Amino acid sequence: MATTTEPVVNKHKREVIEKAVLRFAGDSGDGMQITGNQFTNTVALYGNDLATFPDYPAEIRAPAGTLPGVSGFQIQFSSSDVYTPGDAVDVLVAMNPAALKMNVRDLKPNGILIVNSDSFTENDFRKAQIKSNPLEDHSLDAFRVFPVGLEKLTRAALQDLGLDAKTMDRCKNFFALGMCYWLYNRPMDSTYKWIEAKFKAKPLLVEANKLAMRAGYNYCEATEAFQVSYEIPPAKLAPGVYRNVSGNQALAMGFVAASKKAGIPLYLGSYPITPASDILHELSMYKNFGVITFQAEDEIAAVTSAIGASYTGALALTTTSGPGMALKTEAMGLAVAVELPLVICDIQRGGPSTGLPTKTEQADLLQALFGRNSEAPIPVLAPSTAGDCFWIAVEASRIALKYMVPVIVLSDGYLANGTEPWRIPAVDEIPAIPVHFATNPEGFLPYKRDPNTLARPWAIPGTPGLEHRVGGLEKQDVTGNVNYEPLNHERMVRLRAAKVEAVGQDIPDVVPAGDPDGELLIVGWGSTYGSITAALKAQRAKGHRIGHVHLRHLNPLPRNLGEVLGRYEKVLVPEMNLGQLLMLLRAKYLVDAQGYNKIQGQPFKQLELEAKIEEVLS
Amino acid sequence: MTTTPIPVLTKKDFQTDQEVRWCPGCGDYAILSAVQSIFPELGIPREKFVVISGIGCSSRFPYYMNTYGFHTIHGRAPAVATGIKVMNPELEVWLATGDGDSLAIGGNHTIHMLRRNVGIKVLMFNNRIYGLTKGQFSPTSEFGKKTKSTPYGTADRPFNPLALVIGAEATFVARSVDVFQQHLKDTLKKAAAHQGSAYIEILQNCNIFNDGAWLGLTEKDARSEHVVQLEQGKPLIYGKNRDKGIRMNGLELEVVHLGNGHGLTEKDLLVHDEHNPNPAYAFLLAQMEEMPGFPAPIGVLRSWSRPRYEDVMSKQLQDVIAQRGPGDLSKLLRSGDTWEVK
Repeated sequence: MATTTEPVVNKHKREVIEKAVLRFAGDSGDGMQITGNQFTNTVALYGNDLATFPDYPAEIRAPAGTLPGVSGFQIQFSSSDVYTPGDAVDVLVAMNPAALKMNVRDLKPNGILIVNSDSFTENDFRKAQIKSNPLEDHSLDAFRVFPVGLEKLTRAALQDLGLDAKTMDRCKNFFALGMCYWLYNRPMDSTYKWIEAKFKAKPLLVEANKLAMRAGYNYCEATEAFQVSYEIPPAKLAPGVYRNVSGNQALAMGFVAASKKAGIPLYLGSYPITPASDILHELSMYKNFGVITFQAEDEIAAVTSAIGASYTGALALTTTSGPGMALKTEAMGLAVAVELPLVICDIQRGGPSTGLPTKTEQADLLQALFGRNSEAPIPVLAPSTAGDCFWIAVEASRIALKYMVPVIVLSDGYLANGTEPWRIPAVDEIPAIPVHFATNPEGFLPYKRDPNTLARPWAIPGTPGLEHRVGGLEKQDVTGNVNYEPLNHERMVRLRAAKVEAVGQDIPDVVPAGDPDGELLIVGWGSTYGSITAALKAQRAKGHRIGHVHLRHLNPLPRNLGEVLGRYEKVLVPEMNLGQLLMLLRAKYLVDAQGYNKIQGQPFKQLELEAKIEEVLS
Repeated sequence: MTTTPIPVLTKKDFQTDQEVRWCPGCGDYAILSAVQSIFPELGIPREKFVVISGIGCSSRFPYYMNTYGFHTIHGRAPAVATGIKVMNPELEVWLATGDGDSLAIGGNHTIHMLRRNVGIKVLMFNNRIYGLTKGQFSPTSEFGKKTKSTPYGTADRPFNPLALVIGAEATFVARSVDVFQQHLKDTLKKAAAHQGSAYIEILQNCNIFNDGAWLGLTEKDARSEHVVQLEQGKPLIYGKNRDKGIRMNGLELEVVHLGNGHGLTEKDLLVHDEHNPNPAYAFLLAQMEEMPGFPAPIGVLRSWSRPRYEDVMSKQLQDVIAQRGPGDLSKLLRSGDTWEVK
C-alpha cells in the first residue's frame, strides 16, 4: 500500500494488541457516521476483521447539543475473527456533553475518553441536562480522559484558508479522526482519497478537511498526548478478495446477481421507509443492469406494481419495514392466490406502529408467517450477517422462481446498516437460477402443476395461444377457472400449503456449530448470529458442551431440526422479541425450549448472552 | 424487419367460455359487448391484450374477455397495471373499474397513474352505487341519497369523476353511456388510439340497486334534450330540434337558444376543441351538468399529448446502458475499495 502521506516515524511506545472497540459519538450534525465509515474503511483495507454498529436517531437534526440528537458509530476490529461490534468500548470520542452522557456507560474502566473540551460550557451542560462539569466533578475518574479543544485546534490549523468559523468547525470530526488514526497507527490515504472525491467541486473544502485530519494526527505526535499507540495486525481471513459491505448493499447486489443468473429483468417497487430505503437507493443506481426501480405512491402500490411486473415476467421485488409490510398484507395474499414469484424484504425495526424507526428488532417473524387473512403460507428466510444478505437474496429469488411463490426476507436495522468484510464471490460461485416460461399452447392450463415442485406454469402476456385469466377469487384446480365448490377449496388450500412445504426438499439439513450434542443447544435466527457465536465460543472454552443452530430458513424449517433439538438436554432461544421463534419451536416440536428476550432496539451483547447461558446451565 | 401477418379477429375471438354472471339487465353487458366488438378492429394480436381489474361488479370483466386477464384486489388495479406496462410497454393494457374501486379505495392509485401518464385505458363503470356489496352509497352517489348504509341520506358530497381526473392531468378524458352503443364504441376506439392514460367514464345502470340512475339522460327524448355530444371542431349544440347551444360568456358557460328571433346562430356557439391546452376549458365542460339548465356532456372532453411513463422509464434504462455499458456483475461486486487476503 502506498503511504506517501504517512507522517514522520513515531518515537513513542507502540503496543501490539489483538482487538479494539472504538465509538464515535456526537451530534447528528457532527458527521459521526462519516467519521465512523472512514475509520472502518481504513481498518478494512488494512486487513483486520471487523463489525460495525451505526446507531443514530430518527430525527434528522434534533436540536444541537441535546440528548435526542446524539448519533453514534461503533466498530470492533481485530487480528482474529470478529462476530460483533463489541460489548464495551476501549476508546470513546465524545463531541459534546450530551454524547458523553449517553455513551460513557459503555466505556471500559481505564478506557480512553477523548472529549471536545470546547463544547463543555454551561450552555452545553444545560442542553445535555447535566448539573456539573463532568471534566471537573470526578465522575470520570475511572477513565483516561483526554480533553481536546477540537474547535480551537481545528480553527488554528485552518486559519490561513480564509474560511468562516462555521465551515472550519465542520471539519473538527476529521481532526478527531486524525487523532484516532494516530492512536491505531493507520495510514490516512484512503480517507484522503475519499475527501478528494467527496468535495471534488469545492477544492477549498478538500484542503480544509485534509488539513484538519493531518492536524489531529500531528497533534498526537507533537504533544505525545496518549504516550502509547496501538498496533492491531491484520486478521487471518480466508483467502480471497474482500470489500466492506452493509446488509442493505449486500441485498441489493444479491438481487442484481439473482436477476443475472435467472436471465430476467429485476423490478423493484418500493416506497421509502427506514431502514429499508437504502436498497431502493442502491438498486436505482444499477439501471445499466436493466434494473427497473419504481418509487410508488404508497406501500400498497409498491407491492401490487411488483405483482404486475412478476405477472409480466420479471424477478419482482418489494422492500419495506414492518409497518410497510402490514400495508402490503392483502397484496401478498393475492400473490399467494395467483401463485406468482415475488420477494418481499422486511427490514425490521422496533414497533408497534411507527415505533423506533432507526432501531433494530426481530418482532415481525409471526407477522411474516401468519399476518394474512386465511391460509396464506409464504416461505420465510432470514440473513444472519451483513454479507449473508447477499446469499439470502439469491436464495429467496431461487425459491420464488422455482416454486412460483412469494417469499419473505426478514432482515433488520442492525444488519441493514452494520458492515463487515465480505469475501467477494466469483460470478460462477453464484448458483444458476433456471427460469421456464410456458410457450406451448398444447395442453396448457394455468394451474396444471409440476409434480415435483407443485409450481404452476408461468405464462406471460404476449405469448400467443396462452391467453388466460388469473385473480384473487378461488380457482378450480388445474383449469384456474373461478370455483366456489367446498371440496375444491380445501384441495387448493392444501395444495398451496404443500407447495410451500415442498421448498423443504431443497433446504440443507442444519449442522450445529460447536458441539453436535450436549448440555445446551442455542437456536437463533437473523442478526443475533454474531453475538451468539461469540458467546458460544467463550462458554465452550469454559468446558460447556453447547451447540448453536442459526436458522436461515424459517418457513419451512429444515427437515432435520426436530432430530437436532432432541440431542441436547436444554434448548435456549435468544430473540429480540418476546419469544416468537420460541413459540414456533415449542408448538411444532413439543420441545421445552426457553427464551431469552431483549426488546431495547439494541443487539444482544456477548456478556448478556454468556450470563444467560451460565444461568441456564447452573 | 419481419412482419407476421395478424390473423383477422372477430368479436367471437374475444369471448370466453365462462358464464357471464352479472344480473340480467345490467348495463355491464352492453359495455362488454362494445369492448368485444372494437378489440378486433384495433389491429393488435390477441396475445398483446391484457385486461386488469380491481374488485366490484365491473371488475369481473377480465373473466369474460379472451385475452390475458388479471382480477386483482380492491382499488389496486392501476398499480398492478403500471407494473405490467413498465415491464412490457408493448402490451395493450385495459383496466375495468367502477366508481367505488376507482374513486374510493383506489383513488390514490388512480390519480398517480394519471399523473404519470401510464399507457393504460381505464373503463370506469359509474353506476353511483356499490352493487356487489348490495347497495351502499358510492363516492359518486348524489348528496343525501338514501341507501342501506345511509337510511337517513348521505352527508357526502359526490366526486365529479371527470373534474377529478382532469385535475390529475389525465391526457385523455371522455365519457359515454352503456346504452349509447355506437357512441360508446366510437369513444373506446378514440381511447385506444390515444398514447398515454385514457380515462373513460361510462355511465352504467345498476337495475338492482340503483335503477334509473342515469334515466334523466337516457330515457326517450332525454338524450337530445339533456345531453350535449362533444365533437371535435363542432359547435356545442343540442336539443331535439338542434335549437340549443353553449357559448362562452366571459369566464362562464351559457346556454342559449338559436333562431326564434334571438338572432343567434351556430356561429355564436362555443366550438369544441378537445386539444385545448388550457385544462380550464375541459374543467368547465366537466362542471356543466351540475349547473341548473345545462346538459350533460358526452364524448372526448380532453385529449393532449405528454410522454408516456413507460417510455420515459425505458429510455432512461437505455441511456444509462449507452453511457455506462451493460452491467458487469463481477465489476459490480468488486466496486468500491477492495483488498486481497492471500
